[in-house]
Amino acid sequence: MGFPHLPHPRETQVISKYFGDAEARTLDGWKKRGGYKALEKALGMQPADIVNIVKESGLRGRGGAGFPTGLKWSFMKPGDGKPHYLCCNADESEPGTFKDRECMRWTPHALVEGCAIGAYAIGAETAYIYIRGEFTEPLYWMEQAVQEAYKAGIIGKNAMGSGKRVDVHVHKGAGAYICGEETALMNSLEGRRGNPRIKPPFPAVSGVFGMPTTINNVETLIASAPILLNGADWYKKMCLSNPKSTGTKLFSVCGNVQRPGTYEVQMGFPFKEFLYDLCGGPLHGRKFKAVIPGGVSVPIQTMEEAEATLMDYEGFVAQGSMLGSGGVIVIDDAQPMVTVIARIARFFAHESCAQCTQCREGTAWTTKILERIRDGEGTVEDLDTLLDIAEQMTGKTICVLSDSCAVPVVSGIKKFRNEFEALIQGRRFHPVAAAVA
Amino acid sequence: MAEQKMVNLTIEGRAVSVPEGTTILEAAKTAGILIPHYCYHPGLPVAGVCRMCLVEVEKAPKLAPSCATTVAEGQVVHVHNEKSLDARKGVLEMLLINHPLDCPICDQSGECELQDYTYQEGRDDSRYREPKRFNPAEDFGGDVMYVPNRCILCTRCVRFMDDVAHEPTLNVSERGDRALIGKFEGRDMTHPWAANVVDLCPVGALLSKDFLNKARAWELDRTSSICPNCTQGCNVVMETRENQVVRMRPRPNEYVNAFFMCDWGRLNYRWMNEKSRVEQPMVRSKNGLAATSWEAAITAAARALNGKKVFVAASPMLSNESLFLLTQLMQGGTGAFRVAEGEEAPLPGVPDLALRRERAANVYGAETLGFKKTNDLLGGLGQGDVLVVAGEDLAGIDAGAVSRASDVIVISPVLPESATSASVVLPIANFSEEEGTVTNLRGRVQRFTQARQAPGETRPSWLVLGDLLGAMGKQANFFLPSEVFSRLASSHKSFAGLSYDTIGFKGLPVVDAPQSGPKTPIAVGAA
Repeated sequence: MGFPHLPHPRETQVISKYFGDAEARTLDGWKKRGGYKALEKALGMQPADIVNIVKESGLRGRGGAGFPTGLKWSFMKPGDGKPHYLCCNADESEPGTFKDRECMRWTPHALVEGCAIGAYAIGAETAYIYIRGEFTEPLYWMEQAVQEAYKAGIIGKNAMGSGKRVDVHVHKGAGAYICGEETALMNSLEGRRGNPRIKPPFPAVSGVFGMPTTINNVETLIASAPILLNGADWYKKMCLSNPKSTGTKLFSVCGNVQRPGTYEVQMGFPFKEFLYDLCGGPLHGRKFKAVIPGGVSVPIQTMEEAEATLMDYEGFVAQGSMLGSGGVIVIDDAQPMVTVIARIARFFAHESCAQCTQCREGTAWTTKILERIRDGEGTVEDLDTLLDIAEQMTGKTICVLSDSCAVPVVSGIKKFRNEFEALIQGRRFHPVAAAVA
Repeated sequence: MAEQKMVNLTIEGRAVSVPEGTTILEAAKTAGILIPHYCYHPGLPVAGVCRMCLVEVEKAPKLAPSCATTVAEGQVVHVHNEKSLDARKGVLEMLLINHPLDCPICDQSGECELQDYTYQEGRDDSRYREPKRFNPAEDFGGDVMYVPNRCILCTRCVRFMDDVAHEPTLNVSERGDRALIGKFEGRDMTHPWAANVVDLCPVGALLSKDFLNKARAWELDRTSSICPNCTQGCNVVMETRENQVVRMRPRPNEYVNAFFMCDWGRLNYRWMNEKSRVEQPMVRSKNGLAATSWEAAITAAARALNGKKVFVAASPMLSNESLFLLTQLMQGGTGAFRVAEGEEAPLPGVPDLALRRERAANVYGAETLGFKKTNDLLGGLGQGDVLVVAGEDLAGIDAGAVSRASDVIVISPVLPESATSASVVLPIANFSEEEGTVTNLRGRVQRFTQARQAPGETRPSWLVLGDLLGAMGKQANFFLPSEVFSRLASSHKSFAGLSYDTIGFKGLPVVDAPQSGPKTPIAVGAA
C-alpha cells in the first residue's frame, strides 16, 4: 500500500482531501485540519436534529445498497429502554474496492469522529468498528486513533466534556467476505460463525446482542461530519445529475487503466471522462472492453453503456449496472471475459457461508461449468444451464451473495456471448491477437 | 392468558384461521397441506437455510420461506403454483448434485425426505456433469455415524445439540460446497440424548450405528408403544422385522417427550427379543415341572391359590391391567415390587423430560394399585404364604428366601432360577408382546400395543390372570384388555372416568395426578 496519486483538478475532495498527508493521521494533525469540530457541534445538538440534517442532505449508504442514511438512523426509536449500538462496517472485501481502506489509512480520526456522531445521533453509547481481518495497516492506524481520542477525552465517558458517553471499539474480523453482510457482521461480532441472519427482524429492531442496531459504511459515517459542519444544502448542491444522489463519492479504480487509485467526484460525474481523463484511459495499445463499476457483485457494463453513464445511483442503473461499492474494475481487450467471470464466480464459491442450498451448491456448480468452458471443454447446453442456475440463485436466499454470483454470469453471457461461444466451438481466445486487432 | 388474536388467510385456496405469530408452514399444516421442508423442525429454532419451503405470497416481491414467515391478515399463499414448484425443483437439483445417490446401500432409503420430495416434485434428471465432492464417513461417537456425502447441511443436528441438549458438539465446518458437519475438538456424541440427531436428520447423513445395515425401512412393521425403560414413559414407535424388535424411535407427544427419547431407552430393546423363555404352561408332578395344557395349568394354579394368603412379587414392567388383576387374587395378602435404578439424565431444552432414575415403565401404576416399592422384594412374604412371582426374574434372590412360601406360582415370561421349586408356571408375554396401559411418573396413563408375537403357547398377562381369577370363581373371563381396564376404572378412584377410547395414543392423567403441563419445546433464539 503506497501513496495515493496526486489529486486531479476535476475531483471534488471532501473525504479524500488529506489522503497522502501523513500528519492528518495524528490527533494533533487532524485537529489542525478542522477535525472533531463536527463532533463538538453534534454533541451540543439534539440527536433528532442531526438525523434531520443528514436526512435533508440526501446522504445515502456508501457500502453498496444506497439506502438513505438519515432514514436508517430515524428507525432507531429513542427512549425504548434498550441499549442501542452503532456498527461501522469496515469489512471492505468487495473485490476491486479499496476506498474504505484508504480512508482508514490516511484519516483514521475522521472515522472515529463519524462513528461518534452516528452513535450519538441514534442514541447509542457504543460504536463498533468491524474491520476486515486482512486490513493490518488500517487496523494499526484505527487502533492508534481510537487510543489517542480516548486519551484526549474526545470519546469515552464524557465525550468532549459534553457529559455524554460515546465508546468506540475496533474489532478485527477473521477474513471472511460474508462478514461484510450486515447480519453476518453482527453474528461475527458476537463471536458466532459469520452467517447472515433471516430478516425480519431487521437490525434496527434486533441487531447486535439482540438490541437495536444501525450499521453504516465507513465512507457514510465519515461524510456525516462535513455535512454537519457545512449544512445539508452545501451537500445537496454537490450533484451533477439526479437530485436523489447527492454529495461526493469515492471510486476506487483498478484493472487495465493508466492511473488506478481512489478518486472522489461529485455524484453524476460523466463516467467516460472519469475513465479517460481522470484515470488516464487504457494502457498503451489497448482498448477498454468492459467495466465492472461497483465491485464484482454488479452487472458488467459494455463500453457503450459505461461511456453513456453518469456516475450516481440512478445513472449506473440506467446503463445496465449499479453503483455498488464504487469499486471500478476496468477490463481491456487483452482479457478473456470467460476467465474474468470464472474467477469472479470462484471467489463467491469460496466465500459462500454454506447456509442456503442455492448459494452453497450453485456458486460452486457455476464455477465448475465456467472453468470447464474456459478450458475449452464447454458445450452449448452449458450456457442455458448457467442461466438457469443463475435464475435459481436470484432472490431465493437469506442474503444476496448468491445473487451477486449470478449477476456477473448473467450479464457476462448476455453481453459477451460471442466469447463464450467461441470457446465452446473450439476457438481459443488469444489475448495478443486481440490486442493487436 | 389473554385470548389469542386469530389471523385469517388463504393457503392453496383454502381459508385458514390461526393464532397470530404462526408461521405459514404451520398454518398450512392445519389446512392439511404439507409444505416440503428440510431444515425446519417444530422442536428446533428456525434456521431458514434449506430454502425448500419457499412459497409465493401474493403481493410479496420475492418467494417467502414459509418456515420463517409469519402469517398476516388476508395473505394469499400459493404452495403448488409454478413459481414455487420451480424454486423447489431448483433446490432439489442442487441438493443432489454432490449427493452420491447411493440409496441402494443407504439405511435411510425408504424413509428419506430427499427421496420423497424428489419423487414428488424433483427433476427426473440432473444437469450436473462435474465431479462430485467426496468426504469420508466419520464415527461421531455415541450411537452416531456421519456420512458427509449425503448431508444437505440442514443443521438440525447442530441446533439440537446447541439449543435442546445445551451441549454444543456439532458445527458447520468449512464454507461453500466444502462445508460439512464437524465435531468440536474433544467433544463427541456421547450426550445421553445425542442419538436424537439420527431421527432429526431428514436424509441418510446421520445414522444409528446400532441399526446400521440391519433392515430396510420398508421391511419394518411399526407399532405405537411406550418406551418401558424408565418412568418417563416416552412415546415410541417400536419397529420390528420378522418378529424381532430392531429399533425404537420417538413418537411425538407434547405432554411427555416432545419429539425426543434418550439413547439409553432407545437402545435398550434387546431384552424384548430374549430367546430363553418359558413357552408352555407347566405343572409340577412327581418328575418335576412338566408341560401341560393351559386349562390344566390354570386349574392347578387356582387350586393352589384358593383360600390362601398370597404374596405377590410383581414387576413394575407389568401393565396397570395385570397389576390390578394381581391385586384381586391376593386374598388378604400384599404385593411388592423393586425397581432397577440408574443415573438421571435430563434433556435441558425440554421442561420435565429426563431419563429417570427409576428404570421401569409402571412404577407409578404399581404404587397406585397398592404394591409396595422396596429393595427387599420378599421382605413381606409371610411364613406359609403362597408366593406369586409375576414378571419378576428374582435376580439376586436366593432360593432360601423363596422357601418361606408354602407354594410358589410363577406367572412370568421366564422361569427364575430361584423359583424352580414352583408348582405351577404360567408363561406370559413380555412388554412388546401384549397390549395394555402404563402410568408414567407424572400419573399419565398411556396405551401400548403389541409389537411382536409371543413365542410358543405364551399368553398375554391380563388374559392369564383373568382366566385364573375366573377359575378361582372371582369373576367372569375377559376377552379384551380394554375390558380389564374398564373394570379397573370402575373400581379404583384414580382411574375413574378413563377408558381406552378416551386415553387414545397421547395418554391422559389419572384423576389425582400431579400437575404437569405440555412440553412445548423451547426455541432458543433463532440464530
